[in-house]
Amino acid sequence: MALVPHNFSEVVMGILLVCIIWFVIAKFVAPKFEAAYQERRSAIEGGMERAELAQQKAEAALERYEAQLADARAEAATIREDAKNQGAQILSEMREQANAESARLVANAKTQIDAERTKVLGQLRTEVGGMATTLAGRIVGESLDDDERARRTVDRFIADLETTATPEPSGRS
Amino acid sequence: MGVGGLSIPVIPMEAGGGYEPPSLEKDFTFHGGFIDGVDWVNKPFVQALIAAVIILIFWLLISRKASAVPSKSQFLGEMAYDFVRNGIARDMIGGTDFRRYTPYLVALFSFLVVNNLFGMFPLFMYPTMANIGYAWGLALLAWVIYNVAGFQKHGMAYLKLQTVPSGTPWWLLPLMVPIEFLSNFIVRPVTLALRLFGNMLAGHAMVLVFVVGGTFLLTSVGNIGYQVAGGVSLLVSFAIFAFEMLVAVLQAYIFTVLAAVYISSAISEEH
Repeated sequence: MALVPHNFSEVVMGILLVCIIWFVIAKFVAPKFEAAYQERRSAIEGGMERAELAQQKAEAALERYEAQLADARAEAATIREDAKNQGAQILSEMREQANAESARLVANAKTQIDAERTKVLGQLRTEVGGMATTLAGRIVGESLDDDERARRTVDRFIADLETTATPEPSGRS
Repeated sequence: MGVGGLSIPVIPMEAGGGYEPPSLEKDFTFHGGFIDGVDWVNKPFVQALIAAVIILIFWLLISRKASAVPSKSQFLGEMAYDFVRNGIARDMIGGTDFRRYTPYLVALFSFLVVNNLFGMFPLFMYPTMANIGYAWGLALLAWVIYNVAGFQKHGMAYLKLQTVPSGTPWWLLPLMVPIEFLSNFIVRPVTLALRLFGNMLAGHAMVLVFVVGGTFLLTSVGNIGYQVAGGVSLLVSFAIFAFEMLVAVLQAYIFTVLAAVYISSAISEEH
């Protein structure tokens, strides 16, 4: 019968030889290939991991730089704003100062003028009084110099003059 | 009959007589020839041994310096190894279990490829697997392996998994259980062995018919038609030869794939 092995050894040999090859491959060949695959995989994974890490680093650096740039921009803006404010402040301060100075100068001048005027008025009064007295004395022929009455008369005269004459010049000053 | 598997009959000069067609007894039966008195150490036996030695040397040499960056020879070996590991074991068995069975499948595939190619190889010119004993042996081994794998994975539940397809109504069980049992435990190994054996035997027989017949016709005298037919027959034998090379590799592949499929179905949760 064709389906019966010619020799039983064929069946045994078929099984035995495959088992031997199987054993050798399982023991010596497959582990080496698998180890090589593992190594390769980890190498590739490691490389990919490294690349990813580098990319992350680059991204972080970029982010940092951008943040720094934004900070710098904000700072510049603040500085500009501050400078503007400061400038305005300085300007207003200066203006105030100038105003105050001018006011002071004006006030000084006024006081000085007033003082001068008072002085001049006093001087004038005495001089005009003297002159008038002298004139009157000359006209009357007697000296009125030391007379208390004469002085009072002159004063009243000048006060009368003042009340009629001063309103115009005092309005000017 | 000795080492020469292919015997060209002596043709008498007279036309008409002396043609001996290839036959199982003449061309597929071998007796001893290597050790006196030991009948079973015959041509297929020696071929199988040589094949095993070639395969062992190949794998050991090629994996000797396996590293992450493969050399040229390692690349070649990896192609062969990956063909079985990824193309058969991983695709059919999958998961993490496939690593366990890869060495067996690699061994099986290489043993089959080399022995089948011996059918076309000078010096051998005979496919070892055309002797049914080897085919029975390999099928028996595959049968043991996939059943052991099943029992290891599921225990006694393996028998139920293999004989009761999920979703079978209870009243079909008396019919389904015997059918499934027959199909999974008896038909599988038998078909595995017969497919391999039949293909190898038939292929080799076909080559023999064309070569022996063609040679006989070519050397016959009496009619020029004999020479024409003989020449055509020999030319056709080359085509068949090429075809047989394909079949040799294909049958090795099919046997290995089916072994992997049976292992996969034995260890899978569902039937």
